[in-house]
Amino acid sequence: MTTSTTTTGTRLVKRGLADMLKGGVIMDVVDAEQARIAEDAGAIAVMALERVPADIRAQGGVARMSDPDLIQGIIDAVSIPVMAKARIGHFVEAQILQHLGVDYIDESEVLSPADYVNHIDKHGFTVPFVCGATNLGEALRRITEGAAMIRSKGEAGTGDVSEATKHIRTIRREIAGLQATLASNPDELYVAAKELRAPYELVREVAERGELPVVLFVAGGVATPADAAMMMQLGADGVFVGSGIFKSGDPAARAAAIVKATALYNDPATITEVSRGLGEAMVGINVADLAAPHRLAERGW
Amino acid sequence: MSGRTVGIVALQGGVREHVDLLAGMGVATTLLRRPEDLIGPDGLRVDAVVLPGGESSTIDRLLRLFGLGEPLGQAIASGLPALGTCAGLIQLSSGIADPAPGQGSLGVLDVTVHRNAFGRQVDSAEVTLPTAWGEARVAFIRAPSVESHGPGVEVIARYRDAVVGVVQGAIIGLAFHPELCGETLFHERLLRFV
Repeated sequence: MTTSTTTTGTRLVKRGLADMLKGGVIMDVVDAEQARIAEDAGAIAVMALERVPADIRAQGGVARMSDPDLIQGIIDAVSIPVMAKARIGHFVEAQILQHLGVDYIDESEVLSPADYVNHIDKHGFTVPFVCGATNLGEALRRITEGAAMIRSKGEAGTGDVSEATKHIRTIRREIAGLQATLASNPDELYVAAKELRAPYELVREVAERGELPVVLFVAGGVATPADAAMMMQLGADGVFVGSGIFKSGDPAARAAAIVKATALYNDPATITEVSRGLGEAMVGINVADLAAPHRLAERGW
Repeated sequence: MSGRTVGIVALQGGVREHVDLLAGMGVATTLLRRPEDLIGPDGLRVDAVVLPGGESSTIDRLLRLFGLGEPLGQAIASGLPALGTCAGLIQLSSGIADPAPGQGSLGVLDVTVHRNAFGRQVDSAEVTLPTAWGEARVAFIRAPSVESHGPGVEVIARYRDAVVGVVQGAIIGLAFHPELCGETLFHERLLRFV
């Protein structure tokens, strides 16, 4: 037992923290009190932000990274990992979040993009990033840029889970398609990579593994324990719940119920039990009623 | 390795990595979520148990909610070999210096642990670590440390002057993750206790 050698910020430790989040629920919180409620309810991590997506949607305007004081207050309030959002392409907001000591940065379409061409080059950071995706190609482009975790986008701030369902199903179906191509006509993977607009080596790796090389969570519109369990049964590694908890009638009870339903997602008896008497779910907006410019999932490319 | 089954507590966290590592060693695994997964009509269903990494406060809550914590603690106290990594070490401990509100532990390993002892995620690291059982390639991810331990506990690894690996009877507690690096050293030791 003499000396050890140490390397921080490696791909393995960035992806490794996401591995430890699997099977859990990450909750949006806007202050220290909400963060404590989330921690008490069994959240594996909290997402610190100034306004939940439902309010960003209602109030409009440019949505930016939260005030460092707010994020610091939440970091100080809880012992579980704290995530925070930077605008797409805003590498200086990301530098600030890394400096504050957040455990994961969400380069998020929920905020207003800062760059409509480039996403952040995430390899240069020690802190890991999670990014949204609506399909496999988008997920692979984010991983190429250094994302260590992917979440399907869904449509944040709506309480309508249909887009989340579409995105996780799309990603899973496209992965299955690559597996089939590898089995039957592996020479067609070159064209598959071209069509996915992703590097061939990464496409090949996904075809061989039958899954992404990073953890895949679901986000956007999850509002009930049943929603969370459905996402898990569809193959998610875990769920983000944004507006769904603190825009509901009894946030503490709903948060705890969603945690339980996510852990035992294959057990209808448990999901039934935890769904009883939760009070009002968040008032939803049907995604179909949103005019195209107000659909957040279309931000990012 | 035939006939031996290792149970892996699968309420939340890095379960899959232990399953894959043990599968690579030719060892069968089964996932533990409810008391009946651990104990059948003929007694224990497993020959050893792994408590994986994850968020220790979440896993503690789920262990109690689903009723697995108590029988698991009793089985380990009665001699079921156990390996805890990171949050799993916290679960095994007899005391947590800085618990989340209401957080408890199984109390089967005579150590007091300190959560997030080495800093936040930016301080997480891959480490080549000398141990009493040989050099190991491991990862520390928001890792805890052992702050103090009882006389029956043997220290097997230290990192930055802190105790990060211990053994007490057939219980191995590690602050780090060998399973993320494909390191089999500690799982081999666990199987020797069976």
